[in-house]
Amino acid sequence: MTLTVQDLHFSYGSAPILRGLGTGELARGSLAALVGPNGSGKSTLFRCVAGLLRAKSGSVRLDGHDLAALSTRERARKVFYLSQDTEARVALSVFDVILLARKSLHRGFALAASVDDVRAVEAVIVELGLEAFASRDIGTLSGGQRQLAAIGQALVREPDALLLDEPTSALDVRRQLDVMATIRAATRRRGIVTMVAIHDLSLAARFADHILVMNQGRIAQSGEPHEVLAHPAVSETYAVGVHLERSARGTLLVEPYIQVH
Amino acid sequence: MTAALPLGTTATADYRQRNARRLKLVGLGLAALVFAVALDVSIGPGNIPLADVLRVLVDPQAAEPRLSVIVWDLRLPIALMALTVGAMLGLSGAGMQTILANPLADPFTLGVSAAATVGASVAIVTGWSVIPGAGVFIVTANAFVFALAASLVLFFMTKLRGVSAETMILVGIALLFTCNAITALMQYRSNEVQLTQIVFWTLGSLARATWGKVGIAACLIALALPFFLMRGWALTALRLGDERAESLGVRVDRLRLEILVATSLLAAVSVSFVGGIGFIGLVGPHIARLLVGEDQRFFLPVATIASATLLSLASSVSKAINPGVIYPIGIITALIGVPFFVSLVMSIRSKAA
Repeated sequence: MTLTVQDLHFSYGSAPILRGLGTGELARGSLAALVGPNGSGKSTLFRCVAGLLRAKSGSVRLDGHDLAALSTRERARKVFYLSQDTEARVALSVFDVILLARKSLHRGFALAASVDDVRAVEAVIVELGLEAFASRDIGTLSGGQRQLAAIGQALVREPDALLLDEPTSALDVRRQLDVMATIRAATRRRGIVTMVAIHDLSLAARFADHILVMNQGRIAQSGEPHEVLAHPAVSETYAVGVHLERSARGTLLVEPYIQVH
Repeated sequence: MTAALPLGTTATADYRQRNARRLKLVGLGLAALVFAVALDVSIGPGNIPLADVLRVLVDPQAAEPRLSVIVWDLRLPIALMALTVGAMLGLSGAGMQTILANPLADPFTLGVSAAATVGASVAIVTGWSVIPGAGVFIVTANAFVFALAASLVLFFMTKLRGVSAETMILVGIALLFTCNAITALMQYRSNEVQLTQIVFWTLGSLARATWGKVGIAACLIALALPFFLMRGWALTALRLGDERAESLGVRVDRLRLEILVATSLLAAVSVSFVGGIGFIGLVGPHIARLLVGEDQRFFLPVATIASATLLSLASSVSKAINPGVIYPIGIITALIGVPFFVSLVMSIRSKAA
């Protein structure tokens, strides 16, 4: 039971973005962190996996089945991609926005939400601690609160594969920890494959089962956090030195530094 | 999950309450609409007391023929035309605003009405039909094809990068000027009968309402509203932006095209029946957005009802200003609509700043 990306190629016009990217097998119930410099192709990879972009060649398989064979709706049921852009200011409440993620595939006249849908939304609101502003319009919220509403959409959706593009970029320290822990718990509990694109290497090391280092459209290195982060590929990818240390509490801390020659 | 779910949080209670409130607003809107239509029927040349009007409506057989003719053949068609055209313009404007993510969009401001007028005037003056064999529907058919063409131009504009809401309106104004020039050209070439017809179109007037037109418009609304509502969730998803809607499984381009065709049809039919009535499709949806927010399940019907109510009220105004005279309703809606439009533009600008 896995998500496997093989030999994926994609280019915008003549500029190649993905150059034969392969992730290896990502097991269900595991959380993979995708790290890499700006413009290395992380969002493009997610869009290709979710089917928003059509790869030039290569395959994306979920539990052995090629996702390209699925219709837009079937694919959207199995894979959910949370884009980085969560800024939309609309007269919809946080509750409405999360409920929408359960109903968006619905087409027909049963316009009301079922009790199950409402229950699921409620559970996510409690899980993410959104009660205080769940009834407010997202247009009136802060960037971080809007991002939390978007994460709520990802969690309420119950896909098989979850792709989160920098879900913690606008969150405060406490919320970052809460959200990453919630995502990891949901991944384990539901037995889904989750990939999180993230810039904070310490946060990645702390919550991910695997880290994939992306550089120039390929996976430069992958494996368990402590192995990958100690590998020279990380320094090369970011052009920084990397100092690793265990804190007194046993947490792996990553300190990148600029090397002076 | 095994643990008992925390049913009945305040968030859920709020959601249920909000839904109940929005449903109540739909009901209140309908009541306001009935009132506005009744008012519209009761006002007009002939000085008939309201009680007599009601009596004629309830029991047409018993009424004296003169009254019966005035109410059934003159006033009711106009009042119901105001109702149905208002509804069509409101739904059309609401749909355009949603798919273009632009609160300033409506058939009039985007030049779609003007394009329909061009199509109609071409049909009136030259007799040339875009759809061969359109027969008696030649004017409507031309209006529709031209309106659709204008909508498609706007659709491709939205695909260009960096096109803001205000830029879209500028494009609409450019389209409006172009269309007005072509319409003027047609007027210049026309004979007296044709000229009267075109002027009627450009002003926007309910005076040529007939039961037949009312019937067609009512059918169209009865078909279009469910067509929009079926796509209610997908349209709400679109409000979060294209990429997020797409990852929610919405086929964005197809949805946009479907709605665009439907809004063009609504705009074209209303223009071909009553001419260019502006700003109703702008003000109605704006009121709806303030009342029920942008959950399209509520937004679309409330926008439709609000616009129908507004046009009915405008129709009453057009008859009440100078008793005995019915002013073209397009003049009334423009006089009320333009200041509103300007204030809407200003509020968007100050939000962006």
